Amino acid sequence: MDLATLAALNAERQARRAAVLMSDLASGAQRLVTQAGIAADPLADLLERQLRSGKSGMAEVEGRSFFLTVQAPHPRVIVTGAVHISQAMAPMAKALELDLIIIDPRTAFATPERFPEGTLLAEWPDEALARIGLDAYTAFVALTHDPKIDDPGLVAALRSDCFYVGALGSRKTHGRRLERLAEAGFDAAATARIHAPIGLDIGAVSPAEIALAILAEIVATLRGPRRKPA
Amino acid sequence: MISTDTDILRAAEDWARSGRGVAIATVVETWGSAPRPVGSHLVIDGEGNFLGSVSGGCVEGAVVAEAADVIAEGKARMLEFGVADAAAWQVGLSCGGRIKVYVEPVRAGDGG
Repeated sequence: MDLATLAALNAERQARRAAVLMSDLASGAQRLVTQAGIAADPLADLLERQLRSGKSGMAEVEGRSFFLTVQAPHPRVIVTGAVHISQAMAPMAKALELDLIIIDPRTAFATPERFPEGTLLAEWPDEALARIGLDAYTAFVALTHDPKIDDPGLVAALRSDCFYVGALGSRKTHGRRLERLAEAGFDAAATARIHAPIGLDIGAVSPAEIALAILAEIVATLRGPRRKPA
Repeated sequence: MISTDTDILRAAEDWARSGRGVAIATVVETWGSAPRPVGSHLVIDGEGNFLGSVSGGCVEGAVVAEAADVIAEGKARMLEFGVADAAAWQVGLSCGGRIKVYVEPVRAGDGG
């Protein structure tokens, strides 16, 4: 591999953009196809299929063997609310190799002592999210119960193509939330993206169990259904 | 794949930039039970330092040894490791399996 190709591959990953490296295993020739270039590529179908799978693998093209190295951005989870549930999520997310970012403008909540793991931002969500950016490899989770903090995050998430949006709260709370989002201009199809009640239905009670249910739902959304119902 | 394989490629770039000879080994095919998935990387420098994993430990030594030649010759090569069921358990391929590992040099061209 040329150092220039390796550097380009690393740069795409750094910028949180997907890329596929095609290596001709017989000749050693390689070319890098970036996310932006895939649609126009002669092998677009093959490259897109490989990228969707998220896995590297072999492919035969016109009788030649290629290895496709798939680089998908590292998935991350952005949470509003430096609360009990996000405290429980932090070590679990670390074990799952999900990058966790917790946003809470309330400085009494957002203390490093309470969050030794993950990234903690004591800022308003709209400012923090505008800087971080939400993309197709980002999950957004609203946990504060406070519309002043959660709603701006949800608005940003619904305007983005992040792969998961979830919000904590009872059906009544969520009903009021939907009314506010409707007033902000989001139709039913848009707000249907929000997972509420949040998390897989495992009967979670404690903050740790709710954290587990949320992270399980995020992983399920990221990896997709693989088992067909019996 | 959620893994640190990207950090390994970042390390490969850093090593190459600092003038070290570098080879990248990649699991390109697996048969049977393989402890590391297709796409897993091992990065090796000219002195035999390495990062990452292609097999969970059992064939790394052989790959590192081959990588020295790949770095010296500047030419990629394909390695195949097969482990019979009886021996498999001992070396970590717990159900027996075969893996194909592509080892390529990092060429520090002018464009790098």
